[in-house]
Amino acid sequence: MKNDIILAGVGGQGILSIAAIIGYAAVQSGLYLKQAEVHGMSQRGGDVQSHLRLSSEEIASDLIPLGGADMIISVEPMESLRYLPYLKPQGWLVTNTEVFVNIPNYPEKEDVLKEIANLPRHVSLDADKIAGEIGNKKAANVVVLGAASPFIDIPFEKLEEAVGFLFGKKGDELVEMNLAALREGRRIAKSNTGN
Amino acid sequence: MHKLLLLGDEAIAQAGIDAGMSGIFSYPGTPSTEITEFVHASGEAREKGIVARWAANEKTAAEAALGMSYAGKRTMTCMKHVGLNVAADVFLNASITGANGGIIFVVADDPSMHSSQNEQDSRVYGKFAMVPILEPSNQQEAYDMVHLGFDISERFRVPVMIRITTRLAHSRSGVVRRDGREQNSLRLPGDLKQFILLPALARKKYQSLLDNQQAFQGLSEESEYNTYTPGEDHSLGIVACGLAYNYLMENYPDRKPPYPVVKVCQYPLPYNNIKKLYDECDRILVIEEGYPVVEEMLSGFVTEGKKISGRLDSSLPRTGELNPNIVGEALGFKTGELLKVPGLVAKRPPSLCKGCPHIDSFLGLNEAMEKYGKGKVFSDIGCYTLAALPPYESINTCVDMGASITMAKGAADAGLAPAVAVIGDSTFTHSGITGLLDAVNDGSNITVVILDNATTGMTGGQPSAALDKVEDICRGVGVEEEHIRVIKPLPKRHEENTRVFAEELAYDGVSVIIPRRECIQTLNKRMRQKFKDKTKKAE
Repeated sequence: MKNDIILAGVGGQGILSIAAIIGYAAVQSGLYLKQAEVHGMSQRGGDVQSHLRLSSEEIASDLIPLGGADMIISVEPMESLRYLPYLKPQGWLVTNTEVFVNIPNYPEKEDVLKEIANLPRHVSLDADKIAGEIGNKKAANVVVLGAASPFIDIPFEKLEEAVGFLFGKKGDELVEMNLAALREGRRIAKSNTGN
Repeated sequence: MHKLLLLGDEAIAQAGIDAGMSGIFSYPGTPSTEITEFVHASGEAREKGIVARWAANEKTAAEAALGMSYAGKRTMTCMKHVGLNVAADVFLNASITGANGGIIFVVADDPSMHSSQNEQDSRVYGKFAMVPILEPSNQQEAYDMVHLGFDISERFRVPVMIRITTRLAHSRSGVVRRDGREQNSLRLPGDLKQFILLPALARKKYQSLLDNQQAFQGLSEESEYNTYTPGEDHSLGIVACGLAYNYLMENYPDRKPPYPVVKVCQYPLPYNNIKKLYDECDRILVIEEGYPVVEEMLSGFVTEGKKISGRLDSSLPRTGELNPNIVGEALGFKTGELLKVPGLVAKRPPSLCKGCPHIDSFLGLNEAMEKYGKGKVFSDIGCYTLAALPPYESINTCVDMGASITMAKGAADAGLAPAVAVIGDSTFTHSGITGLLDAVNDGSNITVVILDNATTGMTGGQPSAALDKVEDICRGVGVEEEHIRVIKPLPKRHEENTRVFAEELAYDGVSVIIPRRECIQTLNKRMRQKFKDKTKKAE
């Protein structure tokens, strides 16, 4: 088993939380893991990415080779496109459709979504809206993770456990809300892709 | 065995805690910050009474570490690569005094300059100081090498350098811990003159450092981290240093390159393995993160031997971080057809946070500077360096910690007026105070803006050594009381603040303006904590 995943977003959008959930679940599943993060200056509203590698065999590089990623998981639509050279031609792109505009020359949202729709295998969903309906707008990142979960080779229960573990300190209510976000993201992805 | 999921930085910190370290002294700097932060946050470290301190700068930190070593205890000092420039004085002289308790300088380089102003390679410093260098290739080695580093440091009474780069510092992987080791007890150096570098004594100490070189070489020859792996195809021999070894292996799914490979993770460079490789192969490829340090050593100056390839002959790019593809191409692999980034994807550079006090400071300064024209604002290292970018474009320099004040002074002495320095509170106490003293002593005509957000912001909000001290320091240095002006950078005070800027810009002499408002990130963090504590109490 080998999953190479690029996580993408804007500094502060919570991609490291996604990484932490998958990471915990992977370790609990006895997998090897390497996960390269971005710290420092870029975290101030700049584009950030994380290379997340899971494998049943020992992993060499902390970075995923170009053209080697099985999946891009992005919390922001334009950011999902920035890392396309990393994606395998038949890889999955899973992204939030809600834009994060903090630059003057942000492209038309419609055009961004069109580019995403052109990819052979993609799931796009308005994770901010879904998270809002569940009652916690901050859980948009977990919704996106849920939408990516059918394509990650880790049992879904392990991801649920990881959410419980990582949000456990912050109270049951937050755990339940994030579990709901995870499940709803998964449900939508499954119904959209017929998986 | 149970594995911890740790960043390279955290693995080093955990190893320090486990290896009987008594204290860690640092100044924050990406990508090294998380080492000391981890020790700070560790309950285990607290229980063991391990001292974890943020110092005013890398030099004071390293000197405190050397003092702890003097007292017989194990210690670590951590910094980013350019931080070692600040601590270079103590680093190079500590190699002469030697250590008592084990001392490790952990230096995190930043190839590709993700968060830095250059990509200098600390191995050059290590060689300069003639101390053993350990360069882990993964998180587990980073952990293990702290134990090795303390062993070497105490056995040979020499400081040891651990050199990592951004990618290892900020990448997470499983790490297996070792059994803990007791801390040393307080123990003065056996020779009470060991740390006195008077010329006559220093010459002897220097000689003993030189005498030890043979032994350090021996350690490298025998090191379990310096390996030779045979390969059948001798048309090429590969030397892979530290992290670069992983990129090499990534290109061979079975992890078996056809060529002989020498892995180098400990310096001085292991001679025997490399000589063997050189003798049996037609050409040598050196893969190393950072400068072509090893490649240059192997190439010599008047090259008549076999071809040495690497960053110097364009087999690998001369600058920047390595990755599996770059290394693959040097090995003759082609990167296939890739998906393209659509043209509409715009750059998203980092920017000042919404609500950041610096924004209001720069808007005021910009307006007050309008009548003087562009090109007169010297700045420094911190979040506020982002004011170089649109929409502010307020500053004209960013060179090294503290250089804003001293460069403004030099330009003022050359006749530039006004000459403005913009520096953060933490950078001011790091390296700005002495420059301000120079300006006061010389009566230079400069306006210094000390952006006081009460934290070390860029690196994630570590405490600032300047907290509640900025005015007192300025007074103490000799800035006139009426030209120390504190303002509150808020949008609603824009006009008032602009007036203060204008008044001090017009003053001929040293004036200091202190825009003071807490960093929005630390404020938010504090508020969240407060809310949490409150709800806890309510429960």
